[in-house]
Amino acid sequence: MNNIAGRPLNEDDEEDEVNEDGLEAWERAYTEDRSWESLQEDESGLLRSIDTTAIQHAQYRRRLRALASNAASARIQKGLIRYLYIVVDLSKAASERDFRPSRMAVITKQVETFIREFFDQNPLSHVGLVTTKDGVASCLTDLGGSPEAHIKSLMGKLECSGDASLQNALDLVHSNLNQIPSYGHREVLILYSALSTCDPGDIMETIQNCKKGKMRCSVIGLAAEMFICKHLCQETGGTYSVALDESHFKELILEHCPPPPAIAEYATANLIKMGFPQRAAEGSVAICTCHEEAKTEGGYTCPRCKVRVCELPTECRICGLTLISSPHLARSYHHLFPIVPFVEISASSQNDPSHRFPNTCFGCQESLLSQGNKPELSVYCPKCKQQFCFDCDIYIHESLHNCPGCESFRHSKSITTAQ
Amino acid sequence: MPSAPSKNYTDDVSLLVVTLDTNPFFWSDFPSHFSDFLSQVLAFLNSIILLGQLNQVVVIATGCNSCSYVYDSSSNKNHASTNGTMPALYSNLLHNLDEFIANDKQLTKAHEPGTVPSSLLSGSLSKALCYIQRAFRSGPMHPQPRVRLRYWLIIFSVCKDLPMGLNSTYLMIFTFYTFNFCIAVSLQITLSIFFRYVAIMNAIFSAQRSSVPVDSCYIASSNSSNSAFLQQASYITGGIYYKPPQLDGLFQYLSAVFATDLHSRAFLRLPKSLGVDFRASCFCHKKTIDTGYVCSVCLSIFCEHHDKCSTCSSVFGQSQSVAASTDNRKRKAE
Repeated sequence: MNNIAGRPLNEDDEEDEVNEDGLEAWERAYTEDRSWESLQEDESGLLRSIDTTAIQHAQYRRRLRALASNAASARIQKGLIRYLYIVVDLSKAASERDFRPSRMAVITKQVETFIREFFDQNPLSHVGLVTTKDGVASCLTDLGGSPEAHIKSLMGKLECSGDASLQNALDLVHSNLNQIPSYGHREVLILYSALSTCDPGDIMETIQNCKKGKMRCSVIGLAAEMFICKHLCQETGGTYSVALDESHFKELILEHCPPPPAIAEYATANLIKMGFPQRAAEGSVAICTCHEEAKTEGGYTCPRCKVRVCELPTECRICGLTLISSPHLARSYHHLFPIVPFVEISASSQNDPSHRFPNTCFGCQESLLSQGNKPELSVYCPKCKQQFCFDCDIYIHESLHNCPGCESFRHSKSITTAQ
Repeated sequence: MPSAPSKNYTDDVSLLVVTLDTNPFFWSDFPSHFSDFLSQVLAFLNSIILLGQLNQVVVIATGCNSCSYVYDSSSNKNHASTNGTMPALYSNLLHNLDEFIANDKQLTKAHEPGTVPSSLLSGSLSKALCYIQRAFRSGPMHPQPRVRLRYWLIIFSVCKDLPMGLNSTYLMIFTFYTFNFCIAVSLQITLSIFFRYVAIMNAIFSAQRSSVPVDSCYIASSNSSNSAFLQQASYITGGIYYKPPQLDGLFQYLSAVFATDLHSRAFLRLPKSLGVDFRASCFCHKKTIDTGYVCSVCLSIFCEHHDKCSTCSSVFGQSQSVAASTDNRKRKAE
């Protein structure tokens, strides 16, 4: 790789050889998957894949407990109204092919997933995209609440060249985030492929400015750990992580979806004036302010200035009122009232007469007895004492955010609400 | 037919989860009788099963104090206990429903006169969604590869002319399920209403994420207004909201509006939404408001400006600029 100028042309072959120790593509599939290791022989001599659900579930429960202990240790406030800039590094390092097909493609794919998931979990938040390449940073999209707009403009800008500049990106984001209202939580998520940064000035000064500007900066690296990134994250209270492979990268980026614990002095409590528009009937014609087109699908009418907007949540373009629907507000509440982790029922407590469980999952009615009439591992809710299967446990904690048992009985209900 | 792949949908299998509201306090005051209502719903359920051999119906009863599965057409027990006088569906369902209502009655505690205890919609919704997730996990129920399983949740909701102050608390969702969801608005139970609203909304958004449409059939007297809660739910999940104008012909409405599978719906002229009310009600006076103030810390809604949040007790700055300047002054004074 001594001919730097020739790189763009020969890159593919060279990279492949370097990264994969000269393995052919078909060999690589085996080394990566090691599919034979997940097979085992059953009684009749047939090969079956190993049942990994129990292991996965154990891992999941460990994570859940860690989260719960974090939450219990301090009665934390969560930043629910977030203003997040995603900085995507499109320097030439992003064209490296250690991730398939390239770092850039993987980043784009995961950013798309992340943006959708982010708005699902934080309907009141805003996201903006910044790219850095050729030693400069440019704003791809302004802060906004529509996932489609961000994804579309990111997909249209996929070229990488030059060097990344951490300082330029931070300066740009800093000047943009300075304008947001004081109740908002300012965050930056940097997806950094390069191993260097090409800066015009003293980056330490910029980091101090970010700290003063109450920006929480997090970095996910794709190559190797860098001191400057670590320093940035430590100074501003963010997290720094380096992705090992694509699935690890996805995991790391999705960890930024749930609202982080708020740092008390970072955002002041405030009352925000918001409008709750009503959706007009289907078939009524009106011109929307967002696309400036006549639409018949029905839209929302701003309660203050009566103009039509197509999507919620948004800001009214005419009067600047924040427009939101009551379901959007309700959707954020589960971060504030998480459900308690369920307790595992061990085989010994199963025989204890004081803890008789019906051995059917309360949620999905699936029998919890395996073939030999031996009870499978299961969990119960410490509040309503109902038994659940592992799958329901995961579904309840990750998606539903309701305990079916507690919701199904008025008595336990009153306990929940009293707390 | 618009495209060739749509052929794959002709053998659609449906799983219909119906939540049936049995709230006795509602039905005792309602002009029509619960048994009339039930007989029409049963005929509807039967017609769903008849539409396709592989269709599956699950019924969850929702009472005031508990909720429970009362019927599952895939369960083996149903076929054993046919006594010859009544089809299995009816005898099983009615037997379980009787038991459920008796149990529910035992759990009833004294409630304040003049209020109607609400049904536990959130509980039965959560259960229904867990059941649907199980169906998702078990994959296609039939070996034929082209058979696609469709999931519906129908909620029938019954509501009296309740004060619409907390209109965000009426939520009816999902096709093929019957639900009654009554909430009496009184200041004492506001907190529990709030939590129930959040619980139901959690369920709705979970349904939306797993793309389970929630159809809601809102049973109410003809002069009462629409349920904003159920309209929101159906709108969010892409289901149908319908309020039958007359209860005598309920079966016709059910079979015309809710019995069609999801694929066929694209070709039908189904009731269009007449606008959905997305207004919220404030925590302080229970008024429905279209502009209000929201606490940035806990997202409580207020209809007027307060200095301190009554829910999370954060102190708000009078205004951002004033707050900043007073802070500065304080700092200088220190």
